[in-house]
Amino acid sequence: MNTPAIEAQGLVKVFGSNRAVDGVDLTVEAGSVYGVLGPNGAGKTTTIRMLATLLRPDAGSARIFGHDVVRDPQTVRSLIGVTGQYASVDETLSATENLVVFGRLLGLSPRAARRKAAALLDEFALTEAARKPLKSFSGGMRRRLDLAASLISQPPLIFLDEPTTGLDPRTRNQMWDTVRRLVADGSTVLLTSQYLDEADQLADRIAVIDRGTVVAEGTADELKASVGHQSLQVTVARGDADRARGVLLDALGHEAASTPLTQGVRLTVPVERSGPVTDVLVRLHQAGVEVLELALAKPSLDEVFLTLTGHTATAAEASASATPTSPEKVLA
Amino acid sequence: MTATLTAPGLPTAHPVTSLLTTAQQSLTMARRGLIKVRRTPEQLIDVTVQPILFTLMFAYLFGGAIAGDVTSYLPTLIPGILVQTVITTSTVTGVQLREDMDKGVFDRFRSLPIARIAPLAGALMADVLRYVIATTLTIVMGLIMGWRPASATGTIAGALLVIVCAWSMSWIFAFFGVIARSASSVQGISFLILFPLTFLSNAFVPADTLPTWLRAFVNVNPVSHVVTAVRSLAAGTGGGSDVALALLGAAAVVAVFAPLAVRGYMRKA
Repeated sequence: MNTPAIEAQGLVKVFGSNRAVDGVDLTVEAGSVYGVLGPNGAGKTTTIRMLATLLRPDAGSARIFGHDVVRDPQTVRSLIGVTGQYASVDETLSATENLVVFGRLLGLSPRAARRKAAALLDEFALTEAARKPLKSFSGGMRRRLDLAASLISQPPLIFLDEPTTGLDPRTRNQMWDTVRRLVADGSTVLLTSQYLDEADQLADRIAVIDRGTVVAEGTADELKASVGHQSLQVTVARGDADRARGVLLDALGHEAASTPLTQGVRLTVPVERSGPVTDVLVRLHQAGVEVLELALAKPSLDEVFLTLTGHTATAAEASASATPTSPEKVLA
Repeated sequence: MTATLTAPGLPTAHPVTSLLTTAQQSLTMARRGLIKVRRTPEQLIDVTVQPILFTLMFAYLFGGAIAGDVTSYLPTLIPGILVQTVITTSTVTGVQLREDMDKGVFDRFRSLPIARIAPLAGALMADVLRYVIATTLTIVMGLIMGWRPASATGTIAGALLVIVCAWSMSWIFAFFGVIARSASSVQGISFLILFPLTFLSNAFVPADTLPTWLRAFVNVNPVSHVVTAVRSLAAGTGGGSDVALALLGAAAVVAVFAPLAVRGYMRKA
């Protein structure tokens, strides 16, 4: 078998009293797209920073194509491209100047660096803006330039940290196409995302991270199967919640997760087939439960979280931001 | 986004960075710094206004009291204010480095297989431009006001010595810049150190007018040695031992603070 692109065992990073990453294991086969899914503060970025030699792990080990990230960081750096959550390019420089600087640092001659910059700008449809300072760039253009900068040395492994967060749907689709092309050409991509559909679209395998640990790992289909292909969301008055929960358990065979709303309670149950759902309505009516709102929803990250961790993604986010020392503050 | 992306290959460059590639990478980083200066020329305001303003201020304020008249004060003042101004300028290195490092682009530099010292060395090399501007303006101001140094080559040598010393001092501030939490704290620390160091020297007043305890400090202050060296060079009277001491001090500062700054930078990585 080939050496995996990434092999991480028991990665730990602690910021003050916050265990940002708490024992992450990952194996990413070469030539695949691997999605790391989780809410803000789950430890996605911290994991990537350790794999990309930007942060030293407090415990555990990681190898990139067999090279240890702590013992052999320079070799690892020559094998990877990193595109961060915020664009890692220079604001005051133009797009061309940025790419030429990175190309020169990577050992290209001035002429070769300029040629490479022009080719990449063409590839990423940035030629028209090549000479403008980045201050005038839109979010999508910055993200594209950032990715272009990661590809100068044609690294076999590319880290994309939330590549489409904050992009409009059209630009997001362009980004997805680019990722697909990269993989078609033989690169390995590890991307993080808060969106289940993004991982679904792109990733061969997905790891779900919550509070610094991997809570589930598998293909998109495997994960969805564990969540239910769809979920039924029933909003009822507070007083009816327990009765409604009983009906749902009886009809669908799953315990409902409840989310308190300002008016009533939303109960969410995974649904394998839509057949029994019609049944549920009748039985709720018979039980005297007034249904305030009803929806059939595709599994979202929230559902994955409900099922896998028993709490919602937004709750995890809230608890992460409530931690006294955030990673950024410790690093600054 | 139509053309196909080039297939990835294993890197051909060997990861061990040689001295030559380190120098090339540092020069690339220095060029980046110079492009930034060209785009935001307002950041040169301190090295353009300060030499003019301070030279005028100090000459007319102290000239009469210290040397009887302004013109006879200039041979004492110009080398002194030259050293004071240019060395003060070197603190900006740390402040700008801190600001730069807080931006996302430094993450990319850290993730590239380049020499760890290159981003630091490059930033410091680009700052030489600032010292050249401050030095030139101070000397030109002096000449306009009537300063006539005996030796032209000596004056140029003195100017170069000041630039070398300021550059080596900037490693101290680069170190603060790398370890500090914010740019404003770098500025605070730097001024706390530099203000006494440059003023408690022989830059503005002859040391023999001072009380004994202060004179003792002024005489060991490295800034005093640089000032004396520049004065002697400009006057054409050599100043060999002070020049040697200044260069030795500069080398020692770099030898201590360059590794410290790089280590601090790597720890952040």
